[in-house]
Amino acid sequence: MTDAAAYWARNLRYLGVLLAIWFVVSYGCGILFADALNAVRIPGTGFKLGFWFAQQGSIYLFVALIFVYAWLMNRLDREFGVAEE
Amino acid sequence: MDVRFWTFAMVGISFALYIGIAIWSRAGSTREFYVAGTGVSPLANGMATAADWMSAASFISMAGLISFMGYDGSVYLMGWTGGYVLLAMLLAPYLRRFGAYTVPDFVGERYYSQIARVVAVACAIFVSFTYVSGQMRGVGIVFSRFLEVEVSVGVLIGMAIVLFYAVLGGMKGITYTQVAQYCVLIFAYMVPAIFLAVTLSGTLVPQLGFGGADPASGVHLLDKLDGLHRELGFTPYTDGTKSTIDVFFITAALMVGTAGLPHVIIRFYTVPRVRDARISVGWALLFIAILYTTAPAVAVFARANLLDTVAGQPYAEMPEWFSKWEDTGLIAFDDRNGDGLIQYVGDPEANELTIDRDIMVLANPEISRLPNWVTGLVAAGGLAAALSTAAGLLLVISSAISHDLLKRTFRPGISQRGELIAARLSAVAGVGIAALLGIYPPAFVAQTVAFAFGLAASSFFPAIILGTFTRTMNREGAVAGMISGITLTAAYIFYFRFWNPAADTPENWWFGVSPEGIGTVGMLLNFAVALTVSRFTPSPPASVRELVERIRVPGGTGRNLR
Repeated sequence: MTDAAAYWARNLRYLGVLLAIWFVVSYGCGILFADALNAVRIPGTGFKLGFWFAQQGSIYLFVALIFVYAWLMNRLDREFGVAEE
Repeated sequence: MDVRFWTFAMVGISFALYIGIAIWSRAGSTREFYVAGTGVSPLANGMATAADWMSAASFISMAGLISFMGYDGSVYLMGWTGGYVLLAMLLAPYLRRFGAYTVPDFVGERYYSQIARVVAVACAIFVSFTYVSGQMRGVGIVFSRFLEVEVSVGVLIGMAIVLFYAVLGGMKGITYTQVAQYCVLIFAYMVPAIFLAVTLSGTLVPQLGFGGADPASGVHLLDKLDGLHRELGFTPYTDGTKSTIDVFFITAALMVGTAGLPHVIIRFYTVPRVRDARISVGWALLFIAILYTTAPAVAVFARANLLDTVAGQPYAEMPEWFSKWEDTGLIAFDDRNGDGLIQYVGDPEANELTIDRDIMVLANPEISRLPNWVTGLVAAGGLAAALSTAAGLLLVISSAISHDLLKRTFRPGISQRGELIAARLSAVAGVGIAALLGIYPPAFVAQTVAFAFGLAASSFFPAIILGTFTRTMNREGAVAGMISGITLTAAYIFYFRFWNPAADTPENWWFGVSPEGIGTVGMLLNFAVALTVSRFTPSPPASVRELVERIRVPGGTGRNLR
């Protein structure tokens, strides 16, 4: 495998993992399993868990995912010597 | 000092600021006009993107929408933020690496086809115009409600301001005014929200406050709302009425549509490097999330406040704001059973009160008895949100015309100076048409703005993804995909909303997917058609395969890549 192909394969692996998390927190916890999670409450608050994921939690995690992605890719760029000056 | 004084003061100061920035950041070249000379810092671009993205609808209407929809309002919260994850990972870095000026530019080059470029131009202009007229309407509404001027005068004042900095500064002027507008709008949103959180839940942080308890009774706000809703015959606040599959498809259409909107995508052309594009999306979403996580809190506070104040209370004892907003038609009370009490209930036969969703943000300062300067601030914030989005959209329209149609299609020999003049003239024309649409809104505009997402999702998004993530996608596949995706989506929406609105019920929808969510189906169709057609038609030329290889890697010296 050439370096370019290896770089791309690593990128796709990161994408796969991060987008899986993206899907689970929004479509999973916030929509498909929201009713089941609503049986649980975040201790000390009035938030039902499914409702909280749909209106708060998913958004926080979206922000975190992008910063993690940027950090991983910058590291990958340096490793392959393709980081821009 | 009264509300009117403060409103004039806040709006006047913010407008003076925008004009000052415009004069300081004039554009001298097409590169500055289209992409701000690619010299914008990722943080500043994040703020500008946030202001670009958050429109009059986000600022004025969203909290109210959620307030009435409860859990169902989550489609907007997740849908209008989750798309940034897709943008950061699937689009922004590659488009920045490609280094184009516009979205149709990428489509035209990658698919080596003027037809693909022109299809993309048509999609971009259509999406942007439906969107921009909504913004102009927002400007008019803020002016007429707070400053008591005619909607048309309000639209003209707003247009004059946008014209000034968009035409003078292009992307450069727009970017730095948007940074200022973000600061104005987020401050204006947070101040009343924090006041509300302190009054209703005793904490300073709205995001925590709406999960908190009423300081007096110790009952959690959300439980109280669910209880009140049951009592009055509404669906419990945290439950919602839409089917799970519909929520799923609407959320997906909004997310993918967000990632496919041209005025958002081009913001990431303005930063210097690929890694700036990646981190800049993160900053953008962080700044957006501040408002988007506050909105559901404002929704809950406003709902609880409203039910406490009006439900079952005597009409004669309503506070002053009630009659003031009655005059504007945003609140209407019809005492059907003549008992002098306000019956606000879920049963449409017995309900006596209708409330416009916009009131939840606009009237909040008065409902919560906040100082007058807060009301002025909210007016300035609403205007900042509407103007910043309008400016971004106008740039898409003007660059689609001057760059994609003139320079790249019809008049390749045009000089840079000529192109710049054309860009400015088309911005002026765009502003003019947008002003007309704002003053004389066609009946369908309000409805179509929401559908712009479905159309963007089913056209641009698959074409750009396939253009980067496959080397073999060819022009035939991409064009067939875009056309079939957008046709299916537009036809489904048109049928249920305009042709046969009587049939617009869940029983008639395909698989229970509403017209708002059909963009997701259109997107899947686009992918399927594109992949199938590309199997049976000639592969793209070698130069295109090399282009794809090139945009996948950020560049730099690349000494380790062979």
